Amino acid sequence: MPSVKIPRKSTFVDMTPFVDVAFLILTFFIMATKFKPEEPVEIKTPNSVSTRDLPEDDAIQVTFDSTGRVFFSVLSEKDPKIKYDVIKHVNDTRSLGLTDAEMKNFVRTPSVGVPFSGLKQLLAIPQEDQKNFKQPGIPLDTLGGELYYWIRDAVGTFSGKKLLFLIKGDNSAKYPAFKQVLNAFKKNEIFKFQMITMLEDAPAGSELAILRNREKAASK
Amino acid sequence: MASIDEGGGGGHKKGPGVKKAKKLSTRVDMTPMVDLGFLLITFFIFTTTMSSPTTMQLYMPKDTKDEDQNKAKESGALTIMLGKNNVVYVYRGQLLPDASNLHTTTFKGIRDTIIQMKKDVINAHVHDAGCTKIQEEARVGNPNVKPPILPDPNWKNACLDKDLVIVIKPDDEATYKNTIDILDEMAISAIKRYAMVDLFPIEKDLIKKIESGN
Repeated sequence: MPSVKIPRKSTFVDMTPFVDVAFLILTFFIMATKFKPEEPVEIKTPNSVSTRDLPEDDAIQVTFDSTGRVFFSVLSEKDPKIKYDVIKHVNDTRSLGLTDAEMKNFVRTPSVGVPFSGLKQLLAIPQEDQKNFKQPGIPLDTLGGELYYWIRDAVGTFSGKKLLFLIKGDNSAKYPAFKQVLNAFKKNEIFKFQMITMLEDAPAGSELAILRNREKAASK
Repeated sequence: MASIDEGGGGGHKKGPGVKKAKKLSTRVDMTPMVDLGFLLITFFIFTTTMSSPTTMQLYMPKDTKDEDQNKAKESGALTIMLGKNNVVYVYRGQLLPDASNLHTTTFKGIRDTIIQMKKDVINAHVHDAGCTKIQEEARVGNPNVKPPILPDPNWKNACLDKDLVIVIKPDDEATYKNTIDILDEMAISAIKRYAMVDLFPIEKDLIKKIESGN
């Protein structure tokens, strides 16, 4: 009986295409990634059909979480000096007695949610360790509370520039929290807001969908 | 790693004393590179926020005294009240003393209610002087605002719903999501006039009564 010789095949697998694909995907994700700034609280924003893009500059943002804690932040990617000016202005008007180093720390801090009395304590902590510090939220009442002063001084610092007012709320936050934030803005004679939402499509067949289709057809 | 060690290195034995120069394989083991690649991919997938947030515009009225407030035509007014647990209460015109015109619905049902209301208002439309101006604006459009308003080919219909006013009254138990959802419904159904105001005490009591009854 002739023995059947099975040719020994190499088990070496050519990984090159695999590497190609992996790095292609990797490149895509690197390009598409935009790191979200670390926030002291996680906010799940509602969806809306609005398509307006979120601004990164010249805006102040008020965030409230599901328990009604309120945070304040200044968005100024291009010019961090404005952030410094805002805290300096707040420091002067509220006589908080912050040191220069603490005010510089504010520039690096994404958002603050402490009463004015606790601001010095928060800003004494380096930015990386602030997430371990439990922030109680900016005190609010029906007249705007301390948030009113934050907004007033920020508007004063930005004076003459176009400033946008962003409100970011959590899905499960109650309406009174939202209303109090609105009140703080209203007391500053600000009546135009942008609420941060996640994009969702206009429901098919609705008037908005028909309008959007018309706009799309017109732009072609 | 990508190959299984077959042992011996292969090749024929040439007999003793015959030394053969060992051929080095030019193949590079790519496995660690793949590992690294996928590790980085995983990292970037987790850190990426794919859907970029958008913003929704809201204009609030100045707090004015009651007598300054715009009077809405009763026939064109729809009041939407947001209650606890995503329940919506809606009535047309004035709330009757016995609350018989108050309906309870959900966020799914409210769109149909709004569309029906709009239809009814359009059917009851009477042309007047204010209408001509609205029609003219719709015919011309406005390219100067962002996003630009296109000239409306149906400009004749532009003012049919001018009497329609929707009043949104969120209860203290309504969530922020409810509020945004109802404002979104205004955009979806192209409602031009709407306002967000506080509940009247009588409405507040009514909602409380209905909610405690359930």
